[in-house]
Amino acid sequence: MNSLMIKKEQWLKVAFVAITIWFIWFANSHFDEYTVRILNNIAIFIILAVSYNLINGVTGQFSLEPNGFVAIGAYVAALLLVSPDAKQYQYAIVDPYPFVLTLHANFVVALFLGGAFAATLAACLSFPVFRVRGDYLAIVTLGFGFIIKILAINTPEVTNGSLGLNDIPEFSNLYWTGGIAMIAVIVVLNIINSKFGRAMKAVRDDEDAAIAMGVNTFKAKTLAFCTSAFFEGVGGGLLAALLTSISPDLFDFFFTFQLLIIIVLGGLGSTTGAIIGTVLVMGGSEWMRFLDEPMHLFGYTTTAMPGMRMVVFSLGLIFIMLFAREGVMGKRELTDLLKWRKKGGK
Amino acid sequence: MILKIDNVTKNFGGVTAIKETSFSVAPKEIFGLIGPNGAGKTTMFNIITGNYVPTSGEVLFRNEAISGLKPHHIVRKGIARTFQNIRLFSSMSVLDNILIGFDFQARYGFLEAIVRFPRFIGEERRIKARAMEILDYFGMSALAHEKAVDLSYGQQRKVEIARALATNPDLLLLDEPAAGMNPSETEELGDIIKKARVDFDLTVLLIEHDMKFVNQLCDKVLVLDYGKTIFEGKPADAIQDPEVIAAYLGDFHND
Repeated sequence: MNSLMIKKEQWLKVAFVAITIWFIWFANSHFDEYTVRILNNIAIFIILAVSYNLINGVTGQFSLEPNGFVAIGAYVAALLLVSPDAKQYQYAIVDPYPFVLTLHANFVVALFLGGAFAATLAACLSFPVFRVRGDYLAIVTLGFGFIIKILAINTPEVTNGSLGLNDIPEFSNLYWTGGIAMIAVIVVLNIINSKFGRAMKAVRDDEDAAIAMGVNTFKAKTLAFCTSAFFEGVGGGLLAALLTSISPDLFDFFFTFQLLIIIVLGGLGSTTGAIIGTVLVMGGSEWMRFLDEPMHLFGYTTTAMPGMRMVVFSLGLIFIMLFAREGVMGKRELTDLLKWRKKGGK
Repeated sequence: MILKIDNVTKNFGGVTAIKETSFSVAPKEIFGLIGPNGAGKTTMFNIITGNYVPTSGEVLFRNEAISGLKPHHIVRKGIARTFQNIRLFSSMSVLDNILIGFDFQARYGFLEAIVRFPRFIGEERRIKARAMEILDYFGMSALAHEKAVDLSYGQQRKVEIARALATNPDLLLLDEPAAGMNPSETEELGDIIKKARVDFDLTVLLIEHDMKFVNQLCDKVLVLDYGKTIFEGKPADAIQDPEVIAAYLGDFHND
């Protein structure tokens, strides 16, 4: 039975990879530029949501830091990607440090270093933070996000201050964003379906009982936090290479808030839920743009109401949370739903 | 002696929960820790498991001082426990609950899990097979994929003991295992503990209020009252000891 389940898991993964690759190819060759851009955004937010869900949902450690780690990833990648020539003319506030001008790397290295930087910082943060339990993590990580933004504004020698970095080569395309999103989902699922993931869930359910079973709960939390930070950094790098310019304002608390909405809507603790939540929130808010424009309803023509879609969007969110308290998926995954259907069929 | 409590005192602020208590547990013994509510029994458990550090005194496990070690290290040395109020992992299946007990015994690293190395697959198979063995021993392998919290109270107690046994302990601490059970469930539990002691090579230290249960099961008891030892010996003698009776029923003989 166990070997059968491992086999089933492998088949599902192969199917997932095949469908994703086919979809990326199909979208790239058939969809218009606007749709591809939205899909790029969705793919990046899938990376962020799935990894944020690992610490917030699976491990149950309420943290509010993604904007900080995404900013680090974005700035590290941008500094490495912008060509030294382009940098020469950008620093308008003060002269940059000489080493900033010489930094240069290719896309893969830049993304990886962005992630590695974020993960290293997460490891340093976890020592003070995970010594205590509960809401301290939320407060410390919230502060961390602010600190990163303030640092980005106040170190113009590196970050060009509030002007941000421009002329980032547009490396991100659907093959990169979709491919890395696919890898992120598989890596996170592989972690969840191992002893590390079980330990993380045990920490969420009952930390004292987990300790009494010999689980090193500090290690479980730190691993979840660092993995999450790594992918948030990588996602930040992809975002920088998609937008081609970044500034500190991009990474304010609203960024984290949006991710929080996504994972709560999808179901805290469910990777499938995080993906569904991303598609609903990112796709839905684009799709509902028609609400902002003048509409013809029952013979009347309404005037354009900018912001109408956010009203409808918020109402939709309230209704979903009223009828599905634990989000769309709860703690379940796609595989649980398949199992359930089989049981019902018997 | 597998466990030796040497002159342990524990103060919480001005309150002395345990005062200069010493006792030792011999290998393969079922040792009962009894006493009225607030006597310091659970505090003693928390000291043994490393959740509290004693104010003074020493806890020796197989002649090695363990007070001051982190709780999860003490588990790895071979001391497992259950809780007074059942504390299973509520979102997980029965099998996953047991597998948490194997967490530190599965030998593969983080990166090996991410890329699904052969060692990962082998180790997962090994611990899953052993977890199923333990469930089988408790007659619960059919429930392996049920959510642990959906089981009956008696079954949840058994899962908790099975989960503790999964850590491969030499010493098992049971905190009121029979609490909330009906007489037939209590009897079944007593049989399981006796059988598991032989089959898993266990020493058992248990806290219990049900004196009939203690009398049938324990080789030796220690009676605590307000942190002080008032009796140590055979359970049959304990119920006749005037000081023990006074502690439980109130001291009306001297009034």
